[in-house]
Amino acid sequence: MARNDLLSGSVWEQYSNKVIERMNNPRYVGEFSEEDAKKRGAKLVVADFGSEACGDSVRLYWLVDPKTDKIIDARFKSFGCGTAIASSDVMTELTIGKTVDEAMKITNIDVEKALRDEPDKPAFPPQKMHCSVMAYDVILEAAAKYKGKNVKELKDDEIVCECARVTRKEIEEIVRKYKVKTIEELQKYTDAGKYCKSCVAPGGHEERDVYLVDIIKEVNEQMEKEEIKKGLETGEFDKMTLVNKIKAIEKILNEKIKPFLAMDGGSVEFVDLREEDGKTKIYLRYLGACATCSSGALTAKAIEEELKKELKSNNLEVIFI
Amino acid sequence: MKVYLDNNSTTPMDDRVKEVYCKATKYFGNVNSIYDLGIEARRKLAEAYDIIYPAIGASDEDDILITSSTTEGNNTVIKTFLYAFLRGNPKKHIITTVAEHSSIKAPLAFCKKFGMEVTYLYTDENGRIDPKELENAIRDDTALISVLFASNESGAIEPIKEVGQIAKKYNIPFHCDGAQAIGKAEVNVRELGVDYFTFSAHKFHGPKGVGALYVRAKAPYENLIHGGNQMGGKRGGSVYLNGVLAMAEAIKLANEHLDEMNTRVKALRDKLEEAILQIPDTKTYVDKKFRLPNTVIASFKGIEGEAMLWDLNQKGIYAATGSSCSSERLEGSEVLEALGEDPEIAHTGIIFSLSRFTTEKEIDYVIEVLPEIVKRLRNISMTYAKK
Repeated sequence: MARNDLLSGSVWEQYSNKVIERMNNPRYVGEFSEEDAKKRGAKLVVADFGSEACGDSVRLYWLVDPKTDKIIDARFKSFGCGTAIASSDVMTELTIGKTVDEAMKITNIDVEKALRDEPDKPAFPPQKMHCSVMAYDVILEAAAKYKGKNVKELKDDEIVCECARVTRKEIEEIVRKYKVKTIEELQKYTDAGKYCKSCVAPGGHEERDVYLVDIIKEVNEQMEKEEIKKGLETGEFDKMTLVNKIKAIEKILNEKIKPFLAMDGGSVEFVDLREEDGKTKIYLRYLGACATCSSGALTAKAIEEELKKELKSNNLEVIFI
Repeated sequence: MKVYLDNNSTTPMDDRVKEVYCKATKYFGNVNSIYDLGIEARRKLAEAYDIIYPAIGASDEDDILITSSTTEGNNTVIKTFLYAFLRGNPKKHIITTVAEHSSIKAPLAFCKKFGMEVTYLYTDENGRIDPKELENAIRDDTALISVLFASNESGAIEPIKEVGQIAKKYNIPFHCDGAQAIGKAEVNVRELGVDYFTFSAHKFHGPKGVGALYVRAKAPYENLIHGGNQMGGKRGGSVYLNGVLAMAEAIKLANEHLDEMNTRVKALRDKLEEAILQIPDTKTYVDKKFRLPNTVIASFKGIEGEAMLWDLNQKGIYAATGSSCSSERLEGSEVLEALGEDPEIAHTGIIFSLSRFTTEKEIDYVIEVLPEIVKRLRNISMTYAKK
């Protein structure tokens, strides 16, 4: 990978023959008019997506049989680079012969796969995946127009990465399951953010409502809160925050241990607490008679056992200073 | 036919330069060695300097340090002031322009990480900064002014002399990125009033991997590359002697052909520009009197720049886009937008840059195929679809 990064190859070099062929000779460029629709007994649907100001836009024309909802013919016009034109051409072709509902299931990933020469070799480099995303969006626009609905009603989940079509829910699940903290870790489990990279963090090619870095941060904060809450609810010592650990220890010292030591005129004091290698080290100090008692070591062992028992944890060690 | 019209990016080597380059490989001695082989190599280096110093009007008390590229020179100059700032010099402000190349913008972004501050001067519809705005931007803690000679994209030539006078008035060091200057305009560093000037040989038919950094006598300087005592200890690394000799030959030829650039090549550029403007819904930018004689930047409404490059490439014509959709970053066309163009048109920019090797036959061929290309791509274009 590193060697290839150093070579930083040309984008065009990585196009499949099908992309090149479609760019040079697109098959479905064109337009339909109301008249064309009437002649063929179909309903005309014209939908736009993208903007020339952003460098990419596409217009899709459908002739839909109103009885069967079947797309009997389709054409497109596009403002964009070679990949955008080739993607639009294949997308248009893929919709022909399908019902509007079937066409809605076509995604940019289907378009990219249709442009591959070999099943396992991408049709174009990752940063160009962005160009094929419009294919999916313009189909939804056209379907919404045909159905007289709002596009938002047709989108089921919130897609965060449009290139790889990964939803917010999927990202959240991965972050939770693998305790993901960084983008690099996240990308071990998903392709999200690997293509045009707009969704990774602010400042990319396109502005987004939500970025992967934000989701990772939010989910982690949420998980932390849940952990704390869980610790409080179950009283599980290992899951407590430092403050709650101290409180729990002092409570046991006050209620169970100090009264016992007081019988011999001694006492114990909480000094400090440290977490090392997942183990909680509790630092205590003897007071009164205990400070000079010869059976201090034995008492220490007993106190540790008592704390372990009361706190229901084997993950702690008591150290007297 | 193959037509190379991306000469602001890089150029083919002149045959005469190639000859010097290849012959010079026999002087393999290290210029710092004390024996005869070293002396011979050092003499050749002196010969190269005999050409390079007068070629840019440098005085013998000034330094012309041999570098690997303009990028290295630009980094050296900017980081000289970064190091001073890091050592406690209170001057932390650098003034530059939005038109700069990444070899200026990237090191400046690096400086900002350490707490330096950068003012980017905007350019007008001719791609030029306003010297008055520069004067207004100057602060007590301004360490450096850095303004490029001309843009590789718009071809706009900046008012360097005026900037030089302002820099002198306020006693602020002035650096000029001259990558696009040699062979396209007369360069006299003393007359321009620059303290630093950088260039690369491959932009004027020399080899890649060699360039120079002019440093006026007594201008602040700190090494970027520490090493042996080559270049008076100011730039370590064994001197790339055959590269330097080739660069000397290339700069000599570039100056010799300057008249040709300003007459024949310019006329070809004008011919191409007129032909482009014959095509409906096209535009060219930057007043010719402010523009490099070899450059035309045009927009073709409705045709995204990379799609245009694609079709040109199919016809064997190599040009560049203002909007580099082909790069990893997929940036929009900042160049045309900076020249006041609407965002819809900004993505349709194409830059043609000629050289002294461009022939009339080649330009005629481009003029012949351009309308066909525009027709095909506009037929696909949504901009030209009936509503």
